[in-house]
Amino acid sequence: MNNSWIVLPILFQLVSAVVLLLTWGNIKIQKIVSILLSAIGLGIGIWLFLLIYNHGIQVTQSGNWPAPFGITFVADTFGSTMVLLASIAGFSVSIFAAGSMSRARLRFGFFPLLHFLIMGLQGAFLTGDIFNLYVWFEVIIISSFVLITIGGKKAQLEGAIKYVALNLLASIFFLIGIAFLYGLTGSLNMADLATKVQEIDNKGLINVTASLFLVAFGIKSAVFPLYFWLPASYHTPPAAVGAIFGGLLTKVGVYAMVRTFTLIFAGDVFLSLILSVMAALTILSGALGAMYHRHLGKIFGYLIICHIGFMMAGVGMMTELAIVGTVFYLVHDIIVKTNLFMVSGLILKINGTQDIKELGGMYKSKPLLSLLMAIPLFSLVGIPPLSGFWAKLFFIKGGLESKEYFLIAFIILGSFLTLWVIAKVWSEVFWKDAVNLPKKSKGIFFHELSSTGKWVLVLPVIFLSIISLYIGFGAEHIVSLSQRIASELMNPASYIETVLSQKTIEP
Amino acid sequence: MKSIIFQTASKYLLPLLLLFSVFILLRGHYLPGGGFVGGLMAAIAFILYSFAFGLKETKSIVKLNPRYLMPVGLAVSILAAVSPWLVNLPVMTGLWYDEPLKLIGMVGSSLFFDIGVYLVVIGSTLTIMFSISETI
Repeated sequence: MNNSWIVLPILFQLVSAVVLLLTWGNIKIQKIVSILLSAIGLGIGIWLFLLIYNHGIQVTQSGNWPAPFGITFVADTFGSTMVLLASIAGFSVSIFAAGSMSRARLRFGFFPLLHFLIMGLQGAFLTGDIFNLYVWFEVIIISSFVLITIGGKKAQLEGAIKYVALNLLASIFFLIGIAFLYGLTGSLNMADLATKVQEIDNKGLINVTASLFLVAFGIKSAVFPLYFWLPASYHTPPAAVGAIFGGLLTKVGVYAMVRTFTLIFAGDVFLSLILSVMAALTILSGALGAMYHRHLGKIFGYLIICHIGFMMAGVGMMTELAIVGTVFYLVHDIIVKTNLFMVSGLILKINGTQDIKELGGMYKSKPLLSLLMAIPLFSLVGIPPLSGFWAKLFFIKGGLESKEYFLIAFIILGSFLTLWVIAKVWSEVFWKDAVNLPKKSKGIFFHELSSTGKWVLVLPVIFLSIISLYIGFGAEHIVSLSQRIASELMNPASYIETVLSQKTIEP
Repeated sequence: MKSIIFQTASKYLLPLLLLFSVFILLRGHYLPGGGFVGGLMAAIAFILYSFAFGLKETKSIVKLNPRYLMPVGLAVSILAAVSPWLVNLPVMTGLWYDEPLKLIGMVGSSLFFDIGVYLVVIGSTLTIMFSISETI
């Protein structure tokens, strides 16, 4: 189906950023405008999702150049689901930032950059052209460079240098991979590549190209042995920035990996083995790192790595059932990780510290809030019937089906270690008696805020927790959605046909 | 730099370079040129002027804060990009006026897209240069 409106989520975020640039320096107006525009953006995300869900894949050829030549935008079920998730995360982070970020940081243009970042994400999820995907990655990383350094504290700059250096390296690998692909096939359109790559006899060259993409997306999504930039940088920026980074940035890498390895390099046996080994080691190293650290931001950072491993395991198994698991986990993880970083920001706001040894007594002093925070924490572990459980069920079912016992062992081990970490966080932060809290720090404490200020901080956490609960209790809907996405991904014929059959439109 | 030769030269170079930047802007699309290069050229004209006369003098002839050129330029580009939606065509399709105009040549939506780019480039380059020379 041809529909030139599917680029609306991208363009709307651009328009939002422009509006916010015009109100530069006026923080009060920016806060309100950003929240309002994000709410409309969320509405557009829902509209696109429902459109695709009811009417199937929609395509537009920008500039009206037909498929393999122009830049194609494709909204399939996977892409539109990711657009919706990014809009949800963007909306809640926009509210949370309005409540939690310091004025100095907001004055340096946090809100326009947030919208530029979301625009990059929407573009990456909707594009059907591999070079255009690279361009959106650049949009994402350039906005994230500024977001991570905004405020300019020493620790932030140190983290940012590691982040920038490794992400630029990833971009170079990505670009070289694209050059290889173009040299091999003479095309950059993903649907066109999917057919042309299958016809090439020199499998060795295809494997090399695929490995380049694996390294590039591996750095972006922080898998073993390429994850070192993540724990070094993610705990340094303020919680609102951490939330959007932890929730979405690594997941774009996973998205790109799923997309390229199901569409372009489908059925590559050589890579599937490497992916499985990498996934297992990612799970292990992420979990061990999370066990060792005591700074909440670092713990959650390592847990991101650990859970990227789960999704990689699904990609490694490469069966339809495992992809269902990966997609379900992606949906669950974006919501929960965004929420977790906001929770850690909230804990910092209440207590003035994020060190779990110093924290304590939350359950006694703030029982309702603690109950709220329990939802994302225990969803992450996957205590049934919360959301993490269902995804792991599919991983294990998929693993049993394809006899990947070694991966199953690591997934179960990873789940146990996550449980251990979260139990530790829970007992240290919430149950242990508090000593000398709140600690002295520079910002405004939670109890000093007006009641509107408090609600602005708590509302996004409630919003995302409700979505988490929905994913857990309404799992049948998400499962049927994931099954549909997985079957579209594993049988890309209709995707390819829809993209390539669209010709120039006569006015 | 308080050299008389340089100051006199840059006084004449400013309008010349600005005119040339507009020429480059209009020349684009089918020939080398376009909004990006044109914008850089225009920014260079002001930067050259600021080398000769200092930041304060340059700011007084630029008048408006170059920071606001960025959102304005972006808005122009977005409008040009989405204008094909009005006639049910995909975004960024070039809509052209049939007859070439005098001096300017063919006019179409991509010209307005380039004008937007031109403004964004001037705005961002001048903002960067001004804030760097303010901190020195």
